[in-house]
This record gives sequence, structure tokens and C-alpha cells, in this order.
Amino acid sequence: MTPGGTSGAPGVVVVTGVGRYLGAHVAARLAADPRIERVIGVDAPDSGTEFTDLLDRVERIRVDSGSLGGLLADLDVDAVVHLALVTSPDPQHGGRSAMKDQNVIGSMQMLAACQRAPRLRKLVVRSSTAAYGVSFRDPAVFTEETEPREVPRGGFGRDILDLEGYVRGFRRRRSDVTATVLRFAPFIGSTADTTLTRYFSQPFVPTVFGRDPRLQFLHFDDALEVLHRSIVEDHPGTYNVAGPGVLSLSQAIRRAGRVAVPVLEPGLSGAAALARTMGFGRYGLDQVDLFVHGRVVDTSRLEQEYGFTPRSTAEAFEDFIRAHHGGVVVTRGQLAAAEQLVLDGIRQVRSAVRERSS
Amino acid sequence: MSGPEEGRDPQSVGRFDVPQQVPAPDAEPARRNGHRPTAQAPPTPTEPPASITPPAPSAPRASTPTPTPTSTPADEVDAVLPGGTEPAVSDRPGDHWDRKVANGLAFLRRRLSGDYEVDEFGFDSELTDAVFHPLLRLLYRDWFRTEVSGVEHVPVDGPALVVGNHSGTVALDALILSAALHDKHPAHRYLRLLGADLVFRMPVVSELARKTGGTVACNPDAERLLGGGDLVGVFPEGFKGIGKLYADRYKLQRFGRGGFVSAALRTGTPIVPVAIVGGEEIYPMLADIKPLARLLKLPYFPVTPTFPLLGPLGMVPLPSKWLIEFCPPIPTAHLTDSADDPLVVFNLADQVRETIQQTLHRLLERRPDPFGP
Repeated sequence: MTPGGTSGAPGVVVVTGVGRYLGAHVAARLAADPRIERVIGVDAPDSGTEFTDLLDRVERIRVDSGSLGGLLADLDVDAVVHLALVTSPDPQHGGRSAMKDQNVIGSMQMLAACQRAPRLRKLVVRSSTAAYGVSFRDPAVFTEETEPREVPRGGFGRDILDLEGYVRGFRRRRSDVTATVLRFAPFIGSTADTTLTRYFSQPFVPTVFGRDPRLQFLHFDDALEVLHRSIVEDHPGTYNVAGPGVLSLSQAIRRAGRVAVPVLEPGLSGAAALARTMGFGRYGLDQVDLFVHGRVVDTSRLEQEYGFTPRSTAEAFEDFIRAHHGGVVVTRGQLAAAEQLVLDGIRQVRSAVRERSS
Repeated sequence: MSGPEEGRDPQSVGRFDVPQQVPAPDAEPARRNGHRPTAQAPPTPTEPPASITPPAPSAPRASTPTPTPTSTPADEVDAVLPGGTEPAVSDRPGDHWDRKVANGLAFLRRRLSGDYEVDEFGFDSELTDAVFHPLLRLLYRDWFRTEVSGVEHVPVDGPALVVGNHSGTVALDALILSAALHDKHPAHRYLRLLGADLVFRMPVVSELARKTGGTVACNPDAERLLGGGDLVGVFPEGFKGIGKLYADRYKLQRFGRGGFVSAALRTGTPIVPVAIVGGEEIYPMLADIKPLARLLKLPYFPVTPTFPLLGPLGMVPLPSKWLIEFCPPIPTAHLTDSADDPLVVFNLADQVRETIQQTLHRLLERRPDPFGP
């Protein structure tokens, strides 16, 4: 048993949001763990069949979140991993209103169901570093105690604040349940497909003029590791989960060999709003705010409690670059060759001038 | 091609590449690519160049298409060396300018490929060393003729809170202080400045502030920096200090709630007061157009003898004479428990304020003419 764990792994685990990338991978990973008897994946009835081959060892139940209550009690569930969050509005699946339904109403019903599950011992909730909101008066580094100074403009940030509020209420009412809230930095990695990885995959990357936000990423595999440990070990509390270290946006774009295209901030906000109303694109005010303010969190509490340090932001990003070298505009080799060429050129000119004048 | 290690510190590279031992007069000079043998008798470094050096090696040097010289630390190092070595070194590809060009290109490549480190506050030490400090050096050394004293009061390692008086309509004094401290301090420490949130509201400016080591003036950031052993610079007067009229020059304004004191107390960090003379005269503010300031959402709208009269030309600071003095540190380690005690906090803030005010008066007596040499 790794340090920090006091009680054994739970018998029956329910994972929500298995129709999505993170949920499917977490459920598959828990199912592969021999300490866990049963892994039940819960998802909305209209979810796709994307990850069925990944989930062959997971019992899958399609149910709408309203009828979850009876289910959790019937199944004698020991632990619940709540991952069914939508990070950006998907125009194909109802846009922002469906996103809010899922994030806020879905989570409320989930927590209500958990509250009535008698055998429940553990609850792990996926949150986000967006919980810190955005403000120009924010400290540079957020610790778990930092209170948001302003309610964020973006929908996802507001949903996260609501969600964490409900979890606080749940903790008060069910103090016997070990509740873990994980505030994840944006995921990145060789396989992850998120708004941010799509953003960095483009050859020309729009940025906010005059802003160079500090960003942190979390490698997708490290997110799985932390979620896994949260289930099989006991780690009550709220934790920031991010790769240590910082990349500035311009630096990340340069490392990825992309070209930054600075756009004036009001223009970008307007474009984001327009894109949302027109029903295309998945960039919202959440992304614009992140690219104005940046977000850096302190992960020392996670490292102490879990005895685990995620790979650094730079390493995680490096892994992403290796997998997405398709749209590279400028490579390192080209830059080095150009440097050598210019240097040789200058040397040649200088020596020629010297030969001629001597 | 020069590797990243070679380009990291131009100063050390400069020292290293200069031949340590001078070859005997008849020795074959070391050549990198057998380009062209130097003159028969390479000059010894102690001898004056004119008497011994043959005209041949120095003549091509004059016509070489080298970039115009700029003031950099590498220059200073070379200037210190006896002039006699110059011609012998310059006509090899490994010469001074070649090194500079190679270092510059390597720097450019590192910047363009993102091969540099940024700390969690956004501080980019490479960019600060290579771009911002050389610019500020021109300003503080050649334009303001700054004299710095009492650097020994700033600890060589470990945290300290440097508290100064603010002045000058534009907060140039903070930048000058950080650049001058970095150059004059034996350990070349960076001063991490705490700025008002207005600075971080403005695009471009906010990123310049972060890249040079600044962050928002708030207790979590101050305590985090101090806890990490950094040198933190703070100007408790804030906008009241820089936005005061010329008639009120060198009169310290109110020190706010003393948040800086409680940050120092909580981390047990010594406070180093610093007095800066000269900042008040760079943009003497004769009047403040308040309605315009309100319209532009600025704390004040300055009218100086040159601004807005001369337009952009009014942005050029007047060349006043600057004196910076660091005062003996005030220890706070024994007061760690009273960080929340308003009495202790106010008393300490007053002590710091008095120290700065008295030092200002003393420095002003030393400088009778604000625009003197």
C-alpha cells in the first residue's frame, strides 16, 4: 500500500461520464485493478459508443441522472467517481444549456443520490483550477485556500464554483464519507483530445495581444494515476493537480513550433461570443480569460499527501508536441540550421572583406 | 556553432576566451581554421599597441563590417584588458565580434524555439539579463548618473524586503532600483518588485512587469517570494507617491495599511529601507487634470513642463542626478508572532518611513543641484 492510504480499496465503484474520454479511461483502469471487485460505468442514455472496446470489463448502465438515486442504493456502492463534466459547450449536443444541465444539475442529482447511498464511503469529484476564477488582483500562484476574487465570466468556471459549493454541502451532511475534490489543470498528453490540445495543434495559434499568460498542464496519464490513487487510498480534502513548473503561452507555442497570431482582447471576446451564438467553435470566454490571466497553482499539498509528483508541465507539453508534430511551422532543426547559415554567412563576408583589404 | 552553455553568460565567456598566456613572440598563433597567420611578432599585452603592432592586422579591423559597438558587460571586460591583445585576437574567427554574433544568434534561436525557463511568477531571467537590464543600464548609468551606496546592507543570500520611496509620475524608480541593485550587488541579486494591480490590468505592460520579475502587490505573493528566499522590492506609497505634485517632492506620503510590514513579520524577513533621490525631477508634475484621469480610468493625469505640450517628446525623462542609498536592515525575526498586531505593524511601518525620510534629507544635502554632474 502506498503511503497515505489507511483502508483498503473499495469493492463496488461507480464512475460517471464513461461516455467521455477521461471517464472511459478511468473506468478501464479501475476495472484492471484486481483490488476492486466491480466497476460500474454510468452515462447518459444518449451517449455515444466511442469507448466500448476500452470498457469491456466495465458494467455499463445508461441512465439519466434523475433516476440515479435508487441505483446507487440498490448497487451497494462503496465509492463514486464523479467525472461527468463538460468543459466547453458542444454545439452538436445542445450547447451551453446542455453543458450547464450536465455540470450543475447533473452534479446536484449525483450528490443527492450519493447522500442517500447508505454504504458509500468515498466520493471523488473532478473539479478544475478554474475554481479560482480570474481577476487582475489574483496572486500569481493559487493554493487550495485561495478564495476566488471574482466570479468568472466563462460558463465552465461558474459551473465549477457551483459544483464545489454542492460538494461542501455534501461534506457537511455526510461527514462519514471521504470526499476528495481534485482541481485539475488542463489535460495534455500524447493521446488526450481537449479544447486546449486542439488549440495547440493548429499551425497558427491566436493569442491575446499584449498578454503572455503563465500556463500549467497536467499529463493525462498523471491525472489517471491521481484519480486511481484517490479511489484505492484515502485522501480526504481538496487538491490542486497540475504539473509543477510553468510555461508561458508564447513559450509553449514556440516549443510546439507554431506561430502565434496576437489578437486584440475585445476582438477575441467578441469573436468568442459570436462563435458561441452562431453555434460553431468551442472556444468560449473560459479560454479567453485563461489566455489573458493565466493560471498557476501550488501542488505541494498533493505531493505531500499522495507521495506522487506529476511530470512537470514542460515534460507533459513535450510529450504532446511529440505526438502532434503534424502542423509544425518552424522546427528546432530549421532554427539551428538557419542560425548556422547566418553565422557562416557573416564569417564569410568578414573574412572576404579582410582578405581584400589586406 | 556555439552551444547554449557557451552563450549563457557573455561575461564569463568573454573572460574565458581571451588568451590567458601570451605566446612567445615567435610562436605560431593559435588558429581555429588556419585562416591567416597573424603578424610575425604578436604584441605582448602590457605594451602599448601603437609602438609594436604592425599596421597590417589593425587596418583590416577598421574596415571590417562589424556591428556598431553597444554597451554590454562583455565590452567592459574587454575594455579592462590591455589594448595590445585586441589586434591579435580580432583577426581570427574566434574573435570578439565573432563571439558576439554567435552568442546573439544562439540567444535568438533559444528565444524562438522556447528553450528558456520561466518561474511560476513569470520571471524570465534570461530575457531580463539580455534585454531589459542593458537598456536600464544605459538609463541609470549614463542618463541619470546614478550613485549607489550601502549595497552591503542588502543580504548576499536569503530573503529581504526592500522598501523605498516612490516618485516620478511614471514608476521608473522601481526599474532603476532593480537594475542598479543587480549590477552593484556582489551577488547580482534580482529584485522582485511588487506592482499595483493597475500595472497588471494593462496589456503589454503587465507582461513586461512579469517577465522582469514583478508580481501583483498582495500578501500571498510577497510571502511566497520571501519564503523562497527572494529579494522583494515594494513601494508602500503606491500611486500617492508617484502621483504627487512637484511642489511635494521628497515628502513621503502615507504608507497605507502596512501590508508590507505584516508580510515581512510573517516570514521573519529583515526590512531594508532604501532612499531614492532623483526620481522626482524626471517628470516634474506641475498639475493633475483630474477629470481627464477619471475619463481614462487612471489615478492621475500629469502635466509636466514637456508633457502633454511636446507630445511624445514629453516622454523623455529629464536627466536629473540620482542617488540611491540602502539603509541598515531592520530585523523582524523576533516579531514573527505579532504579524497581526496593528500596533507593532504601524510602529514598524513608521520606523521604516522615518528612516527613509531622514536618509532622503541627507542625500538631498549632498546633491544641491538636481541636474548637476
